[in-house]
Amino acid sequence: MALQSLDIQRRSATTTPQPGSRQPIEVAKLIDVTTCIGCKACQVACSEWNDIREEVGSNIGVYDNPTDLSAHAWTVMRFTETEAHGRLEWLIRKDGCMHCADPGCLKACPSPGAIIQYKNGIVDFHQENCIGCGYCVTGCPFNVPRLSREDGKAYKCSLCSDRVAVGQEPACVKTCPTGAISFGSKEDMKDIAATRIDDLRRRGFDKAGLYDPEGVGGTHVMYVLHHADEPALYANLPANPAISPMVSIWKGVAKPLATLALAGVALGSLFHYVMKGPNEISKETEDEIDAEDRREREDKEAAQ
Amino acid sequence: MIRDPKDIKRYNASERVNHWIVGISFILLALSGLAFFHPAFFPLTQLFGGPVWTRILHPYAGVLMAVAFLIIFIRFFRLNLMGKKDFEWLAKARNMVDGNDHDMPEQGKYNGGQKVLFWSLGVCMLLMSVSGILMWRAWFHFPVELVRVAVVVHAACGAVMIGLILVHVYAAIWVKGTIRAMWYGTVTRAWARQHHRGWYRQITGK
Repeated sequence: MALQSLDIQRRSATTTPQPGSRQPIEVAKLIDVTTCIGCKACQVACSEWNDIREEVGSNIGVYDNPTDLSAHAWTVMRFTETEAHGRLEWLIRKDGCMHCADPGCLKACPSPGAIIQYKNGIVDFHQENCIGCGYCVTGCPFNVPRLSREDGKAYKCSLCSDRVAVGQEPACVKTCPTGAISFGSKEDMKDIAATRIDDLRRRGFDKAGLYDPEGVGGTHVMYVLHHADEPALYANLPANPAISPMVSIWKGVAKPLATLALAGVALGSLFHYVMKGPNEISKETEDEIDAEDRREREDKEAAQ
Repeated sequence: MIRDPKDIKRYNASERVNHWIVGISFILLALSGLAFFHPAFFPLTQLFGGPVWTRILHPYAGVLMAVAFLIIFIRFFRLNLMGKKDFEWLAKARNMVDGNDHDMPEQGKYNGGQKVLFWSLGVCMLLMSVSGILMWRAWFHFPVELVRVAVVVHAACGAVMIGLILVHVYAAIWVKGTIRAMWYGTVTRAWARQHHRGWYRQITGK
């Protein structure tokens, strides 16, 4: 069910305009990776607000727990230890949906209304319209959506669209004890990021920067990174994410054109029949067969 | 009752049943596949009990078609091997489509056009099966880069296959006296003589 108070920018598998008379501000969540302490309070808050519980797993030797996103874990902390810059650095990235301005999931989805992009930038899955094909997984450049084994529906972070719709910030933002996560207009978040990046640069992180990748039209979840030139350091955050060209071909103009071509073949056949008429057995051939039969009969009679 | 006992048997019962299984599963696959091909066709999901059922059933219909197709392929591939005569026929196919089949080269059980269709469908079916398995998330988990190629191949081959079958069906409607071969297996001697002279000779010795 779409939230009536939120205007819609894009709706999956829909080719006509969506309700959009309002002009809401574009929102964004800013995750300052440099002030994150990896306490996982955001994971807990997400779990509580959205009422999802991942099964208690087992320790795999690092702090990652749950070890991956799932239908029951829409955000997870990914811990990376690196010595890429001469000393041990412990990089902690809160992973989850990036709420792309150009969402690959929505582009790939074949089911009308299963994925909604609100005008404020939030990309939301509406599971009651989800058919469980997993095309969103194929379309996503960040490997975020997860199909549930229980109900066959795809799930991911909703950026707490239900909270945002009534003027509240997402649950993870509200709970973050170090203030590493902020929420507001995308413009304001860029300002906060700029201040923070200046600060980091003064402290010796001269490659500090904002992660708001252009390839997907920018995202509505942004990171402040100490090493913005090497996003892959942060648990393989893609450097230049974009919708795969394969997905663009798959969902581009080829399909409407193919549909027209098929209609052309069907109509072409019909008009071929109308114009040229059926290919019937010629009277000549039929007569030949009849003559053969007659001859055979006569031979038989003569023999008797 | 049989009108003319001298009618020629073109397909036995088992071959006909095989063809019908391929045909029925193809129709189910085309309708359910188109539903996911483009939003304009999404309402077709209602024919299968809704969109989720369509998503669940489509791949199983695919398995049925792949198996039935493989059997029919093995049955007929020898008869569809291309020869010099077939290329001659193809070169003149335009005349036939134009309504004049008097000077077409003599053909065996299948003409050049039918053979091209046979091999095209074979290639499509193979690509559809492989790409379909790569996309089938209910059972399999393949690397996403591979799945992205598979979805393009699946959609493209699906469209080509629907086009080929439209041509196949129209050809059967256009050439009178053909469809009975699919229903009850026989064709008239005149039909065989006009359209598949070589095969006619082979069967009748004339």
